[in-house]
Amino acid sequence: MPDPLLQMTGLDAHYGDFQALYGVGMVVREGEVLAIIGANGAGKTTLMRSVTGLITNDAGQIRFKGQDISGLRADQVAELGLAMVPEGRQLFPSLTVEENLLIGAQTGRKGPWTLEAVNALFPILKERRAVPATALSGGQQQMVAIGRALMSNPELILFDEISLGLAPIIIRDIYAALPGIIGEGMSAIIVEQDISKALSVSGRVYCLQEGRVSLEGASATISREDISRAYFGIE
Amino acid sequence: MDWLNALIQGTLLGGLYALFAAGLSLIFGVMRLVNIAHGDLIVLAAYLGLVVTSAIGVHPILAMALVVPAMTLIGYALQRGLLNQTLGDDLLPPLLVTFGLSVILQNGLLEGFSADPQKLSAPGLETASVALGSISLGVLPLLTFGIAVAVIWGLQWTFYKTSLGRAFRAVSDNQDIAQLMGLNKRHIFGLAMALALAVTAVAGILLGLRTSFDPSSGGGRLIFGFEAVIIGGLGNLWGTLAGGVILGVAQTIGAKIDPGWQVLSGHIAFLVILAIRPQGLFPRMSG
Repeated sequence: MPDPLLQMTGLDAHYGDFQALYGVGMVVREGEVLAIIGANGAGKTTLMRSVTGLITNDAGQIRFKGQDISGLRADQVAELGLAMVPEGRQLFPSLTVEENLLIGAQTGRKGPWTLEAVNALFPILKERRAVPATALSGGQQQMVAIGRALMSNPELILFDEISLGLAPIIIRDIYAALPGIIGEGMSAIIVEQDISKALSVSGRVYCLQEGRVSLEGASATISREDISRAYFGIE
Repeated sequence: MDWLNALIQGTLLGGLYALFAAGLSLIFGVMRLVNIAHGDLIVLAAYLGLVVTSAIGVHPILAMALVVPAMTLIGYALQRGLLNQTLGDDLLPPLLVTFGLSVILQNGLLEGFSADPQKLSAPGLETASVALGSISLGVLPLLTFGIAVAVIWGLQWTFYKTSLGRAFRAVSDNQDIAQLMGLNKRHIFGLAMALALAVTAVAGILLGLRTSFDPSSGGGRLIFGFEAVIIGGLGNLWGTLAGGVILGVAQTIGAKIDPGWQVLSGHIAFLVILAIRPQGLFPRMSG
């Protein structure tokens, strides 16, 4: 069996003085869509910050494409082909819509995603390309955040709480578009509080509880009782 | 007519102040670093100009061809080697470190060049003038103002029309997310300081052509630079030019009333604007 695309082994991480992750082990295989669920404070955001390199970790804890990335900076991780759609979108307010997208191409990675391809996926972004990114509606801003991550032609894309703060109808549209966006050859991790949305688009799911993996299974067959037990820690 | 003359001379002087201020404004905008050593770096550039002109005997304006690249490299090395380590959530460490750098630069220059005032000499250019009706305009001040406008335009263009400028603005907005997009903020900060000191190099040579300088001249240049930035409004380069012009005009008009009032009236104009419009005349705008 080939190396997994992303592998976390015994991952410990701290958020300030507070230990947020305890020995987390996870695997993402090539072409897989993985969901990570968990309550507030379960460690999802810290996990994302560790994987993307915003927090550095001890050697050997995170491997991407067989390479140890635990100690790399975020820009080095991005160059290897890992992109994130951050929680709360976090567009650059002094950049226009188009400039936000172009920043995503900063890594210089070649592939199917170009400005034209993103504009074809979200035509509204082309129409509004010259306005400041933060002048858009929440849903349109999410399109920019997704497009910005795609522009680096990643092999693994992380979606951190993409439904947060958006209207239900917009969330539905974005989730409907996700399978097409992730497409072939790309793997994805979807971090969500909205469990049913996360399960609907993923192949496998991990549940985090107080910094530990409390459940792992196939999204299609996992039972509701197991999830609520793993999610809330209720016996 | 004398007043009109003072107004025009002050405007031209403002170009030099805008050059002092542009580098300060740029690095504060990109990395929230207040560089107390900025004035001393201007004076360092003037001394480098002096070394180049006396060593190979070229015109000070041509010496820029060597001094600008040298200051650019110094800027990048200074940022990567020292100043990046001071940046964080706290504004105090960079202030203290650049203050220390200022002391080191002043004493280093004193050691190397003594306290004697120096001047870059460009016979012909310094005294040349063109007549405009009854007003006579110095070629050097005109050239300085022209260079200032060109430099500000160039910085503005770099900021809003190039991928480097996009990177500057992205890092300024959100360092973490910019890093996620593949921008190494330490490198970007290095480039910003390199660009700022390139501008400083131009400012230093033009300063040395206009007046004499000595190792302790930096403090005054820093104050003028700060005042121009604050009058114009942070984060707006054309505003910085306007700030420099207002400061220059205030000074020449003050000097017209009484020669002893030149510097004082500039400070008064600054304080008045700070009191009635603390955000500056043209605060941050885009495009």
